[in-house]
Amino acid sequence: MATTAADARAAVGDAPAGDLAAKVGLTDQQLLDMYALIALTRAVDERMWILNRAGKVPFVISGQGHEGAQVGLAFELRKGHDWMVPFYRSVASVLTFGMTAREIMLAQFARSIDPSSGGRQMPGHYGAARHNILSTSSPVATQVLHAVGIALAAKIRGIDQVVMTSLGEGASNQGDFHEGLNFAGIHRLPVVTVVENNGYAISVPARLQTAVEDVADRAGGYAMPGVVVDGADVLACYRAGREAIRRARAGEGPTLIEAKVTRLTGHSSDDQQTKYRSAEELASGKDRDPLPRFRSQLRDAGVLDDEHESTIAAEIKAAVDDATDWAEAQPEPDPATAERHVYAGDPPDPSAGQPGAG
Amino acid sequence: MPVRTYIEAIRETLREEMRRDASVIVLGEDVGKKGGVFLATDGLYDEFGEGRVIDTPLTESLIIGASIGVSVNGLRPVPEIQFADFIFPAFNQIVSEAARMRYRSNGTFSCPMTIRAPFGGGVHGALYHSQSVEAFFTHVPGLKVVVPSTPYDARGLLRSSIRDDDPVLFFEHKKLYRSVRGEVPDSDYSVPLGRANITRPGTQVTIVAYGLMAHYALEAAELVEADGISAEVIDVRTLRPLDTETLLDSVKKTGKAVIVYEDNRFGGYGAEIAALLAEEAFDYLDGPVTRVAGPEVPGVPYSHGLEDWFMVDPDRIAEAVRRLAAY
Ligand SMILES: Cc1ncc(C[n+]2csc(CCOP(=O)(O)OP(=O)(O)O)c2C)c(N)n1
Ligand SMILES: [Mg+2]
Repeated sequence: MATTAADARAAVGDAPAGDLAAKVGLTDQQLLDMYALIALTRAVDERMWILNRAGKVPFVISGQGHEGAQVGLAFELRKGHDWMVPFYRSVASVLTFGMTAREIMLAQFARSIDPSSGGRQMPGHYGAARHNILSTSSPVATQVLHAVGIALAAKIRGIDQVVMTSLGEGASNQGDFHEGLNFAGIHRLPVVTVVENNGYAISVPARLQTAVEDVADRAGGYAMPGVVVDGADVLACYRAGREAIRRARAGEGPTLIEAKVTRLTGHSSDDQQTKYRSAEELASGKDRDPLPRFRSQLRDAGVLDDEHESTIAAEIKAAVDDATDWAEAQPEPDPATAERHVYAGDPPDPSAGQPGAG
Repeated sequence: MPVRTYIEAIRETLREEMRRDASVIVLGEDVGKKGGVFLATDGLYDEFGEGRVIDTPLTESLIIGASIGVSVNGLRPVPEIQFADFIFPAFNQIVSEAARMRYRSNGTFSCPMTIRAPFGGGVHGALYHSQSVEAFFTHVPGLKVVVPSTPYDARGLLRSSIRDDDPVLFFEHKKLYRSVRGEVPDSDYSVPLGRANITRPGTQVTIVAYGLMAHYALEAAELVEADGISAEVIDVRTLRPLDTETLLDSVKKTGKAVIVYEDNRFGGYGAEIAALLAEEAFDYLDGPVTRVAGPEVPGVPYSHGLEDWFMVDPDRIAEAVRRLAAY
């Protein structure tokens, strides 16, 4: 039976102070890894916007404000075994699941060895066959059905893979979301569907998108638990993700998780959000930024100290500089290759592969 | 050689492919115990079980979207859309997703699947059980579109489609299911995708057709023979990729072409063949490239007289051939 959103909220409440890592079932190092992933994602993301303003990349769509939820929810997945079926805000999800800053930057610059699409898709359409990260398209919510199909194949083949897919609350009004959850519920498929609810679908607020307050309530229609989690609370997200992944792996079926997050930037580099969001609202969104929150939480718990913080910061700065410079220096796709890969057997691109992108 | 109906050929081929390759699964509405509304999957559920013959909910987008995921994760789905008329809820999944997966991922992902769908009129199916939808899909790079017209081709082309590494739309003409019989060898032959078939050689006019119209074209060729006109008939069989060579060779020989399709004329698949002939066989043409196609109404009407009014038939084709031959 579906738990109510309120039950779920209580079940994943704030982590008590004290030995934080032990309480949440992780090591200090793992907490630091999570922190580093969130901070890395933020730094990569901020760099995208700088490159856009500098006129180096024409388009950015990214996930500032969503990173804590994405890292926490995906942290328990098995890399190279499970599957990730992301959307355009999933920068932190794909970094958590094995992609590198270099690989992300290759997509920003649309370079020929970009593992997501070889420069064919807009930035933000992640994919990486070697990490089991399915290629993303632009029409929203279509990926929910792909995730369900991947999970069905895993079940038929008897492999204990778990599939995690993500989308926005606006996209959760598409038929594909409902068709997918219904099928996952019928066959108790090992799929975890994450709705990252940032309150807006471009400019349209959630109250004009969904009749219910919590998207997670829709899980009841599909006989699966619907869990609401505070997306600014990384460890609450981790626990919600871990439980959903455990259930899926154990054959107990799918879970719908709704992470309440905030969108710290415009929808994309083509959006001016001050047109539809007030100054006060934008300011209060900053209080829901997962990065400073998690940093304070780890500092209060004695997991993160000045030394760690400056080491991690230096490593991230170096990684982002390296990824940017390296990716920018890679060749652009050759128009002579533009007809490749329409069908199988179309001549393979000799430059395919990702040398040095790991 | 054993003689089979069109639908028997399809059913047996599905069964054989499922026996041969454990990664082949079938999914769709009523495909399980019932064996499909036309019985194309009859018996598969008993032999292969509910794990490989899956009755889906009534959700076409799910049928195709899940098939994409299934194929990405190592299986070869053969989804059935109960009637081609109901494929539109899945249009986005076919056109935006399946067709583009290989291209958009720069060749790192693909979705081999064969989407089977009964299509076509002349069966009192009216507006929503008679449509020819091929033109919507032949327009899309990344898809293959196959329309067999005989039991032999149904088997050989279905084999090739299931074994193909790209998404194939396999349109089966409903009126042919039980009305057409033919020799189908028990051997493991296949008919390659992308090859048309000259089903009747001739010298004066080329008639190009597919599906039910491939049969009507043959009947029309018989009719005009009485008038001393020698017509060559080509069954296109694979609409995308198109066997341009066979078509051009024939028209270069005859100098005249009648293109037949059941769908309404404007923007239909035959328009592409007409354009091909105009561009690449212009110097050889001895008369206007002619189309015989359905009228410009948004669907096949139901009542007997109205349906007959809609459907292209051998007489109409023969009439066009006579006119062109006399040009
Ligand atoms: C089917 C479809 N319609 C419209 C769009 C254009 N579009 C892109 S993102 C978006 C809003 C999505 O909102 P939401 O699902 O809440 O995700 P968010 O961007 O807020 O993370 C729209 C309308 C699209 N990509 N796909
Ligand atoms: Mg949103």
